[in-house]
Amino acid sequence: MSTHRSIASRLWHDRTFLWACLIAANIAMLVLAVLIISIFWQGFGTLSWSFITHFASRKPAEAGIRAPLMGSIWVCSICALTALPLGIATAVFLEEFAKKSRFTRIIQTNIMNLAGVPSIVYGILGLTAFARMFGAFGTNLDTAITFGNQESLFYFRLPFGSSVLAGGLTLMLVILPVIIIATQESLRSVPSSLRAGAMALGATRWQTVWCITLPAAIPGIMTGAILAMSRAIGESAPILVLGGLLLVFNTPENLMSDFAILPLQIYHWAGKPQQVFHYLAGSAIIIQLVVLLIFNGIAVLIRQKLQKPLQ
Amino acid sequence: MITLIKLSSASLLSLSTLLLAAAPQDATKLDPSLKGAVKIDGSSTVYPITEAVAEEFNKVAGKVRVTVGISGTGGGFKRFCAGEIDIADASRPIKKAESELAAKSKIEYVELPVAYDGLTIVVNPKNTWCSALTVDQVKKIYSASATAKTWKDVDASWPNTAIKVYSPGTDSGTFDYFKEVTVGKDGSIRSDMSVSEDDNVLVRGVAGDENAIGFFGCAYYFENKDQVKALAIGNGAAAVLPTVETIESGSYAPFSRPLFIYVNKASAAKPEVAAFIAFYLEQAPELVSEVGYVKLPKEISTKVAANWMNRRTGTQFTKPTGEAVTGSLATVYE
Repeated sequence: MSTHRSIASRLWHDRTFLWACLIAANIAMLVLAVLIISIFWQGFGTLSWSFITHFASRKPAEAGIRAPLMGSIWVCSICALTALPLGIATAVFLEEFAKKSRFTRIIQTNIMNLAGVPSIVYGILGLTAFARMFGAFGTNLDTAITFGNQESLFYFRLPFGSSVLAGGLTLMLVILPVIIIATQESLRSVPSSLRAGAMALGATRWQTVWCITLPAAIPGIMTGAILAMSRAIGESAPILVLGGLLLVFNTPENLMSDFAILPLQIYHWAGKPQQVFHYLAGSAIIIQLVVLLIFNGIAVLIRQKLQKPLQ
Repeated sequence: MITLIKLSSASLLSLSTLLLAAAPQDATKLDPSLKGAVKIDGSSTVYPITEAVAEEFNKVAGKVRVTVGISGTGGGFKRFCAGEIDIADASRPIKKAESELAAKSKIEYVELPVAYDGLTIVVNPKNTWCSALTVDQVKKIYSASATAKTWKDVDASWPNTAIKVYSPGTDSGTFDYFKEVTVGKDGSIRSDMSVSEDDNVLVRGVAGDENAIGFFGCAYYFENKDQVKALAIGNGAAAVLPTVETIESGSYAPFSRPLFIYVNKASAAKPEVAAFIAFYLEQAPELVSEVGYVKLPKEISTKVAANWMNRRTGTQFTKPTGEAVTGSLATVYE
C-alpha cells in the first residue's frame, strides 16, 4: 500500500480503466452485431413484399405475416396510447403533487415490485379483468352488451374478449411500472431551482408542471418509453394466456377484433421441423425489428420536438 | 334451422360419397356467402392439422372468419368449458375435471378423433447396437426408479457407455402421453435428462451424440429421417417400427396416440361451424398426411362421421363412474 503513488502508476491505472471500459462496451456491441448479422443471414433470403401482404399458410412459399404484423401494430399502439398518459400522470402525481406519506410510500414500493413481476402473471390478470371482465357480462360467444355492427370501425362489446383492446391493455399493465419509474427518475433530475423559480414568479403548480418540469423531463421520459415499448412489442407470454391467435385471415378493423402478434408467429415458425420455416422466422424477426425502430423513431421525434434547452 | 338441416344433409352426402369413393374432393359446393366466425383454440400438436383445414376452408368460404390459437390442450379446454370458443384442439381426451367443468357451465360437446400421432423413440444413426426396444426397456431408461445409467444396463451385450437422455418439455402433451404409457400416471420420469420445448433441439441433440436417445412426435421424425434412427418397439409381440402403416393399423403400440377436436354442441347449430366441421372431417385424411401425421383408418373415420351427424355428446374416454378408459382408439371408440 503506497499512499504516494508515482505519476506513472496513476496514469497506468487511468489507461487500464479506459481499456476495460472499451472492452466491455465492445463485447456488448459484438454480441448485438453477431445476433443481427445471423438473423439477416437467415431471414433476408425469404423476405419479400408478398411475405408482408400474405396471410399465414402451412406452405412456406405462400406464408406471410400480414395478420400478426397488423395485430402487433394495433396492440402496441393501444398499449402506447394508454400506458404513456397513465404512467406519466401517475409519476407526476407521485413526484410533484402527493405529499410524502405512508400511503405514497406503499404505492411507491408496490410500483417497484410490479416492475419485477413475470409478464405471464399480467396475462392472467388481463384475461380475468379485460377479456372476461370477471364473468360479469356473459362469455365471449354470448356477450351481454354490444354496440354497433361487427364489421364497423366503432363496434364495441362487453366483455372485451380476446380482442386487440384487451391485448393492448394487458401489455399496458406490463409496461406501466417501467414508464412510471423512468418518468419519476427524470422528474427528480429536474433541478428544483427551476420549480422554485416558476413558483416565485407566481405560476400555479399546474403551470409549473406543464411548462417547466415536464418539458425538462421529456428526454428521460421518452427513453423510458422506448425501453418500455421494446418490451411490449416482444412480449408473447401474456398474449398467449389472453388467447392471442396464431391463425387469423383478417386484420384488425376495430377495437374488438381478434388478432395475432409477431412474437407468437416467430416462436411457432422457429419450432417447426422444416428448416425453411426457420428462415421465415428470421424474416419475421427483421420485420419486427423494423416495427420496433419505427415506434422508437416516433419517440425520438417527440423528444426532439418537445425538448426545451435548460437555460 | 332449415339451413342447418340442409347443410347437415349436404355434408352427410359429401361424406358418404367420400367414404365410398375414397377420393377426396374439394368441397366447392360450400355456400360461398356463408358468414360468421369459428373460434378454435387448444393443442399446438393438433394445430398444424387445424391450420391446414382452416386455410383450405378459407379458400372456399372466405367470409367465415376462422381463428385458431395455441394455448395448449389444457388451456384450450379451459376456454372451451368457459364457453369462449367453438372448437377445442386436444392431443388427449378430455379429463374428468374438465368435463365436469363443462357440465357445470352447461356446455355439451361432441368428441371427434381426427388423426394419429406416433411418438417416435430415436437414437443416433451411428448407434449400431440398438435397433429395437421393448416397452420395459424404454421404462428402464426413462423411469426415475429403475434408471439405466449405461446402455449395458439395458442389455448386457451393449456397450458400457453412459446413455444421454433427451425429452420434450414436461408440460407438453407429448411428455404426458409418454409418461402415461411407460411409467403410468403415478410413476415419475427421471429428472437427469436434457429437456427442451423445442423438438428441433432434441433432433440436433440426438443427431450429435452416439449414445443419445430421445422421443418426439412422428412429424418431426418423418422430417428428419436422415439425421436420427427410429427404434422398433416391442410390446409383447415382435418389435414394430413406426411407419404410417403401423401407426394407422394400431400395431405400433403403445406409442401412437389419437388427436381430437371437441365441438361445442350449441356452436354446432351455427351453419358456419357445422360447415367447417363437415369440411374438416372430409379433408382430414388428405391434409393430416400432408402435415406429417397419420390419418385414421376407415372404420374409425366412419364412426367419427356418424357420431358427428348424430351430434353424439360426451366423452368415450371417461366411464360414467369417472374412471379413465385406456386402450387404443380401435378398441375404445365407437
